[in-house]
Amino acid sequence: MIVDEKRGVMGRESRPRDQFPVGMRVLAVDDDPTCLKVLENLLMKCQYHVTTTNQAITALKMLREDKDKFDMVISDVHMPDMDGFKLLELVGLEMDLPVIMLSANSDTKVVMKGITHGACDYLLKPVRIEELKNIWQHVIRRRKIEARDHNNSDNGEDYARAQLSSSETGQGPVGGAFCDRNGKLIRKRKDQDDEDEDDCEENAHDNDDPSSQKKPRVVWSVDLHGKFVRAVNQLGIEKAVPKKILDLMNVEGLTRENVASHLQKYRLFLKRLSAVASQQANLVAALRGREHSYLPMASLDGFRNYHAMPGTGQLPALTPFQSNGLLGRLNSPTGIGLHRIAPSGIAPISHSYENPSVPVNDLRKLQGISIPGNQNGNLLHGVPTSLELDQLQQNKTVQKASNHIAGGLSSCGIANGTGNSFSTVTNNPLLVQASDMHAKSVGFGNPLNSNPFDMGLGESTHLPDPTRCNNTWPAAVPSDRNSSNTTHMSIRCNNDDVSNSSNMRNNIPPIISHVDGNSHDVLSSNVVAPPLHDPLMQSSIQFQTRSLCGDMPMSVVEDSKLLNFSRSGNSRQHWQGQKQDHHNSNLILSSSSNASLLDLHTNGPFAEGQSLKDGFCDKKMEMFMNHSTNFGASYAAQPHKMNNHSSDIQPKYKDGYMMEAQKFQGSFNSNTSNSLLDVVIKPDLADAAFMDGDLGCDMYSLGACM
Amino acid sequence: MLGLGACNLEVDMNRLIELLFHQGVLDEQFMQLQHLQDESSPNFVYEVVTLYFRESEKLLRNLRALLYECTDYKKMGIHLNQMMGSSSSIVVKHVQNISVRLYFRPQSSNWIGCIQSLEVLEHEYFYLKNKLHEFLQIEQQRVIAAGVRYHPLLQQ
Repeated sequence: MIVDEKRGVMGRESRPRDQFPVGMRVLAVDDDPTCLKVLENLLMKCQYHVTTTNQAITALKMLREDKDKFDMVISDVHMPDMDGFKLLELVGLEMDLPVIMLSANSDTKVVMKGITHGACDYLLKPVRIEELKNIWQHVIRRRKIEARDHNNSDNGEDYARAQLSSSETGQGPVGGAFCDRNGKLIRKRKDQDDEDEDDCEENAHDNDDPSSQKKPRVVWSVDLHGKFVRAVNQLGIEKAVPKKILDLMNVEGLTRENVASHLQKYRLFLKRLSAVASQQANLVAALRGREHSYLPMASLDGFRNYHAMPGTGQLPALTPFQSNGLLGRLNSPTGIGLHRIAPSGIAPISHSYENPSVPVNDLRKLQGISIPGNQNGNLLHGVPTSLELDQLQQNKTVQKASNHIAGGLSSCGIANGTGNSFSTVTNNPLLVQASDMHAKSVGFGNPLNSNPFDMGLGESTHLPDPTRCNNTWPAAVPSDRNSSNTTHMSIRCNNDDVSNSSNMRNNIPPIISHVDGNSHDVLSSNVVAPPLHDPLMQSSIQFQTRSLCGDMPMSVVEDSKLLNFSRSGNSRQHWQGQKQDHHNSNLILSSSSNASLLDLHTNGPFAEGQSLKDGFCDKKMEMFMNHSTNFGASYAAQPHKMNNHSSDIQPKYKDGYMMEAQKFQGSFNSNTSNSLLDVVIKPDLADAAFMDGDLGCDMYSLGACM
Repeated sequence: MLGLGACNLEVDMNRLIELLFHQGVLDEQFMQLQHLQDESSPNFVYEVVTLYFRESEKLLRNLRALLYECTDYKKMGIHLNQMMGSSSSIVVKHVQNISVRLYFRPQSSNWIGCIQSLEVLEHEYFYLKNKLHEFLQIEQQRVIAAGVRYHPLLQQ
């Protein structure tokens, strides 16, 4: 393939090569006919073959018809039907052609945006012929890089694979494959040593960088992560290597590098879990002695004990919930098999949680736990910090981190309950996943602590500043009471989501139900929809939380930059913080906007609801989240869940949301939606494009809410 | 006579262009445009300029509507951007500059100021349009005259 392509390319070029750049085929896209005409003539003057269109969609169609039809694309930035940057991304991703941006706007930010989206060059209008005479260099440069990277990455990957498979098996077939593909490659492979792998990785990465700049970042959604974990389990954690995982996962568009980095994080996470587990075991023993009241929390029943807890004033109600939630999740029928994790331990954990703030605060909680003097907190302490670090590191980590947190939390809960079970839990990847979910739930649950659940959302005063939900977990924690509320809500919505969706979600709902105003009621079922006492608030909150919970298995977004990655994490985080902050306003808005929200939600009556409908939750929440939260998670990523709804909802959502938008300043960042899903789903979300445009693609940092 | 006429026309044309240059209405990009005109696209300048007129008027109308009716600055910005772009392509610097000014004006959210800028823009635009029209007419006449002049029979 590679050889053929190359030869093909060479072949094509061999003739024009002599005359190259003469005869270079350029596709020019610009909605302004004057400019288009001038450009066309200029390009013809340079002796290029020019095709023009004034519609981006037409351009895409032409490009898709025949990927080899053009050597380069020149596109205007501002176009009515599709944003120039989006076109840029798509072209770069699908066809990997050099794209030159054109604009009358010389603003640095816009230029920067163009470059970060992968433009080869950025020309200002009026375009001069001298500049056009040089654009062919981009084509040549790109071809060279591609060729080099193909060689390197193929070699490197094969080499790695060969190494992994350790013996002949890898070599043989690989070698054979490569022989067919590229004799050169084989030769290279043989000559390569270990360094090549690194080099190729770097090269690939470098090469990927320009393309990854164009490509949206991979968002490790629940499903994706689930696949990943399954693949890892299948291979065995020791033996799991990115290439194999990638093959097992069989996800389009996922690169080995993505998997590799994710695997790394995952491994760190597991390590941490085990560390925490051992700590937990110790604490559990200690706790057991002290808080027997909590111990008996066998599953959701343990929740009841928590009634007493608040009384103690030690553990925020949430904590019990959290643990319960954890337990609930554990016990959830999702089959995580965490049944063995007795909730008993959870109580202590919750106890230790001082500030059940935002779920993200889970980490915090862990830390907070230590504050009260509970040793439990210590257990988690380690976890959160590590989690925080993780989260702060990379976007991708966000999800991982949330997992960690969840894991941490769950581990805490679990550990408290049963030291042994914790270890099992940690060892079990499923558990990890579940833990993640739990953590999230727990996180949500945390906020529930001190404040009586009855407070529900009404306690706006308690709502922590959204700012608290800042990027760092610790920051998120600050809202104790508020967080409780929020978590309350989030849990609630989790419930809904859970019932509907993945196991992860299921785990959450139990917590949510706990969290409900009635809070102290033990969640007997993982399924959803505990009746919301305060319909208005709850619904709104649920709505919010739902959205958070909905697709965010991995929520916990801390940094704004992290937001870009984990939709869920971010949204949850944001929501937490935002909710808290705007709790009052939110509630008010929510209530007042319920109608509008409802309108937005095609799914279904939110208001009625205490029972959040699945689809509704997912979609609406996501929409909501997207809007309200700053996270830049790809808008498209959301849609993949919401599918059709998204486009419908978006417009309405946007409108309805606007009023809350100020508060939340959700950054609908679909433009920069880096998620791979976004791109993949793109065709379906043609409508989404307009959203981008509407939002001016400027809403990258809405950070205010954060 | 015809030849003379052509010459005269050419002279007139050049003088007009010079004037416009002097006034800062046009700039070298216009020269480029003229250079682009050759055998393969004989009426290039004419086509481009007419195109420009058409589009610009549309834009101006939109701008006016936006400003008076809904004051949607974002949309205005988009339109203005387009205006800037096309103006610059033709190299009508003056118009472009004013467009630029107007483009940044909305950010100060000064509606009256925007209106004023819009007025200035329109004024400049129409002035430019008149001049370019004149130019085109002369150009066309010149071409005709030149064509006639180069008629083999008339070649002396």
